[in-house]
Amino acid sequence: MTLLRLQQVVCRFHTRGGVLTAVDDVSLDIAKGETFALVGESGCGKSTLATLILKLNPLASGRIVFDGEDIGRLKRQAAKRYRARVQAVFQDPYSSLNPRLKVKTILAEPLLAHGELRRDIAARVERALALVSLPAGAASLYPHEFSGGQRQRIAIARALILEPELIVLDEPISALDVSIRAQILNLLQDLQAELGLTYLLIAHDLALVEHAADRVAVMYLGRIVETAASVELFDNPRHPYTQALLAAVPRPDPQAPRVHGQAQGEVANALAAPPGCRFHPRCPSCMAVCERQAPMLVAVGAGHHSACHLHEGQPAAPAAKSSAGRPE
Amino acid sequence: MSEAVALPRPLLARLLRRGEGGFPFLAASVLALVLICALLGPWLTPHEAGKIALADAMTPPAWAEGGSAKHLLGTDNLGRDILSRIIAGARVSANVALYAIVISGLIGASLGMAAGYFGGFVDAAISRLIDVQMSVPSIPLAMLFAAVLPPGEAMVIFIIVLSYWTWYARLVRGEVLSLRERDYIKLAKIAGVATPVIFYRHLAPNVLNMLLVLATLQFGSVIVFEAGLSFLGLGIQPPNVSWGGMLADGRNFIDVAWWLITMPGLAIMASCLASNLLGDWLRDTLDPVRRQI
Repeated sequence: MTLLRLQQVVCRFHTRGGVLTAVDDVSLDIAKGETFALVGESGCGKSTLATLILKLNPLASGRIVFDGEDIGRLKRQAAKRYRARVQAVFQDPYSSLNPRLKVKTILAEPLLAHGELRRDIAARVERALALVSLPAGAASLYPHEFSGGQRQRIAIARALILEPELIVLDEPISALDVSIRAQILNLLQDLQAELGLTYLLIAHDLALVEHAADRVAVMYLGRIVETAASVELFDNPRHPYTQALLAAVPRPDPQAPRVHGQAQGEVANALAAPPGCRFHPRCPSCMAVCERQAPMLVAVGAGHHSACHLHEGQPAAPAAKSSAGRPE
Repeated sequence: MSEAVALPRPLLARLLRRGEGGFPFLAASVLALVLICALLGPWLTPHEAGKIALADAMTPPAWAEGGSAKHLLGTDNLGRDILSRIIAGARVSANVALYAIVISGLIGASLGMAAGYFGGFVDAAISRLIDVQMSVPSIPLAMLFAAVLPPGEAMVIFIIVLSYWTWYARLVRGEVLSLRERDYIKLAKIAGVATPVIFYRHLAPNVLNMLLVLATLQFGSVIVFEAGLSFLGLGIQPPNVSWGGMLADGRNFIDVAWWLITMPGLAIMASCLASNLLGDWLRDTLDPVRRQI
């Protein structure tokens, strides 16, 4: 069952340098209960896409449909309800908690905004803290009395307190100490199993994505270049950009053969994105057509889509729908 | 760890600008004195501030040759007691400064918060207004309004507000611009918290400290500005007493009676210096980085 569907979503920013198309014609489906990962280099538009789902920025065109309803057309009450059903955890646990407020105030804020009765709030705050394995006494402390990992637990507790269905995890562990990352990741996975949550995981750490995600979409300069089940994508990457990304992961084996020359140069300026395929100036297998014409996402396997001219002329895979081959 | 040795600090340094984080007692006492004079002025003055006694005219201060204990700081050319007039002038100075700062702070902070938070057209409109206001020199503007409006405290307050609100607006706008990008503000929006609540819970407390510091620092600057207006005859009009007006009256007798301008001049200087020192201390004390929040 599809919980969140993006249809040809476009987001543009008007900057001094011109019009920046941060998200360009992105379509994807996220099923209830799965972990869907968005990966890509800095500036590829993955976090902007998250702000669109969280209704922090307006769409230039396209639709975002949550549980059958277009979130751009929700009425007042339904829009408020949507705010409770979709929550977020951000990267920096120091910036996501107001240093002047006690933990109980931070956790109670969403409840108060949704007209929760005051007498129920303390119990719900305590329950949320228990979910993230923090003692009830944490409620009366200030954020600066906690470590980075504990702060991220508080941030997760706050995201959970409205009992949401979808949580956008924007680099949820990359700001944490390496020793704590696994704890927070395990916590997130336990919570998902326990509460039936759906995660949209935004990350640049491919090892995390391979470990945590059910399905993955790879973004480059605002567009999705490849999307597949996690196992499939890591075993059988089809798009040259995905291949370059995977080749760039350092391997802890000095004997492993080094892969050279996968992607040349830097990410292009998003204000002057290259015509045709946006990856073509860096692509090792660039053809003449790539400079003129942007490739479409085509099915290259079961639930596996890739946008590259290399796939043309190859027989289309039997499963044409992107939602196939996914746990329901 | 090296042993910390507490060196005795010079008395003057301790009184003027505290030790490490200490409270600037002298500055606070001066400001308190000004406020007490403003509140209780009529009960504190040894003589009536406007009472003319030509027989006592030009009496030097009590400690100078020819001075008398009857007039501690001497008298002016009309025999009016300088100490009483300074106490009466404190009421005008404090009154004008408090009203002007509160009003310009409210106007400036509201416009600055709106500009910083909403951005876009609102920000552009308010920022241009600030630019225009800051490009107009305040003394000629004051002369224009002094010619058009009825003179008095209300007019002085109006003129000061007109030229001071931009400070608050610019300061608050800049701060809100940086606060707006904090994740906890985004998360409040994501959780459906209403915009007025975000202003009140997340923006105002962070901005309030800065406002308090700026207001304290400006207390002195507003007193000097008001004295300047009154000195030029654009501000408080006789028979009302003001420190700037006393300077203007005493200017003609500067070679024969130095105390006529020295005493109100010292009052202006002391209150301005005190508010600067107290403002500096407040800034250091309320600075969250220093407090390690």
